[in-house]
Amino acid sequence: MESLEPSIAEWRTHVSQANGVNGHDVEELETHLREQIADLGAAGLSDDEAFLVAVKRLGDVDEMSREFALEHSGRLWRQFTVAQESVERGPSAGLLRALALAVLAAIAIQIPRLAGLDSAALETFYARNASLLVLPFLAWLYIHERRLTFAQIVLAAAPFVIAAVAVNLYPWIPGSASEVVVNVHLPVALWFAVGYTHMGGMWRSHERRMDFVRFTGEWFIYYVLIALGGGVLIALTSFILEPTGPETVQAVLDWVIPSGAAGAVIIAAWLVEGKKSVVENMAPVLTSIFTPLFAVMLAASSVLYLVSDLASEFNREAIFVLDVLLVVVLGLVVYDMSAREETKPPGLMDRIQLVAVVSALLLDLIVLSSMIARIGEFGFTPNRVAALGLNLVLLVNLIRAGWLSVRFVSNKSPFHHLERWQTAYLPVYGLWSAAVVLILPLVFEFA
Amino acid sequence: MQIDKDLVAASATPLVLAILDEDESYGYAILKRIRELSDGEIEWTDGMLYPLLHRLHRFGYVTAGWRTSPEGRRRKYYAITDEGRSALVDQRRQWMTVTTALDDLWHHVQTPPAAEGTA
Repeated sequence: MESLEPSIAEWRTHVSQANGVNGHDVEELETHLREQIADLGAAGLSDDEAFLVAVKRLGDVDEMSREFALEHSGRLWRQFTVAQESVERGPSAGLLRALALAVLAAIAIQIPRLAGLDSAALETFYARNASLLVLPFLAWLYIHERRLTFAQIVLAAAPFVIAAVAVNLYPWIPGSASEVVVNVHLPVALWFAVGYTHMGGMWRSHERRMDFVRFTGEWFIYYVLIALGGGVLIALTSFILEPTGPETVQAVLDWVIPSGAAGAVIIAAWLVEGKKSVVENMAPVLTSIFTPLFAVMLAASSVLYLVSDLASEFNREAIFVLDVLLVVVLGLVVYDMSAREETKPPGLMDRIQLVAVVSALLLDLIVLSSMIARIGEFGFTPNRVAALGLNLVLLVNLIRAGWLSVRFVSNKSPFHHLERWQTAYLPVYGLWSAAVVLILPLVFEFA
Repeated sequence: MQIDKDLVAASATPLVLAILDEDESYGYAILKRIRELSDGEIEWTDGMLYPLLHRLHRFGYVTAGWRTSPEGRRRKYYAITDEGRSALVDQRRQWMTVTTALDDLWHHVQTPPAAEGTA
């Protein structure tokens, strides 16, 4: 078989370049190839003949790479973007489209100012509508890229239209608490509407849902990076413009900050898919730094609250912060999951995640009991109902996630079950936010 | 006779699981066993077996590990798990239902005289 080594090496290089096939896969396929060649050689074929037959039997590399990529959804995504770039003759078409949409979003966010709203009216308008002005352009990006059908486009547009009508036509009572709650939940609900387009309408597919989770995490990282850079730029700009007087500085900031923040939403999304390899290297590092830190922080604070009496004095702000914390931790855990090699046996990181999940569960129970006490004492308000619902939604997730984590860490069930649970649960968050936006104000009569 | 592609695809999982239920094995040997069992009538594109094995691994139906065989070849061996066995039992029930239903119907189907001799 020695004479075949150069051919086998060439074959190996060719297969390694295929999308969705990693080093271990190539090694496994190579052992297969060699056994086949040896058997065919034993049956009387010459080395060259045996090599040709064995390669032919393994099948078309493109077809095989497609199967591998379908199986490993993390790799599928990479293949998806690369395939698209080659169709569009270079990445520039995708970039141009993203830039155009970013500019449109940047202009759209300025429309209320151009329409001449005063600063108080502007503030209310943005609080209600900022996400409605920006996220449709992100959805538009995916409607194009994923080639959604007309029916799918209608379905994707519906949440935006319904939300726009609801938040602007509901007869809010001045100082309404439910309005504030709705303003917080609306971007979340709309993000899931964007998710529908990001999944190319295939929202039932668990792999697509996991891709969306990954996308969300990486989008967030890019957005924070852009925001940091933007902050420096703005600080320097206002310093340079200072001699021209505060009005000029204010006018520049009024234009640059909202437009920049809106445009960056689209650009960050493009970067996630366009510059995949950059964040792919960074994200696992970031999560492996922050997951243990959050786990320690959560464990310590839940123990602190358990032994002390501090929990009975939770006020609205404390509960809000704790809820945000729980959402962040759960987001981190699910994002970790999306970046994990699925078939790896449980390791240290999985145990740390289990600590994070169990501490989050404890903290959630503490918040819940304190909230139930508050509701018993002071009755229901929009804030409390929204917080109670969110905590129950998180509780259900954390109980099952904790249970499946324990089983996975003790080798009783595959990681796959844990991952499936998280992707299966994903729509619940979207539906809960949508319910808060549409139904909660009706229940409290817009107060 | 060549088995229809869709049928090959549908039978892939139970075949592989059942072979692994006999004993742990590796890709090349699994394919050889399938050819043997079907007298070469079930033709697979060899490369397609591996994504399937990886999927079964992900579902927790099989375990996988690299080992060196007695004759000095490094191979990735697959072995069935309890979960894989219960999936196999389930698959078997489904196939039995299909074949029983078809068995009841087959005798209505006229076999062309030319093919009768080979049956």
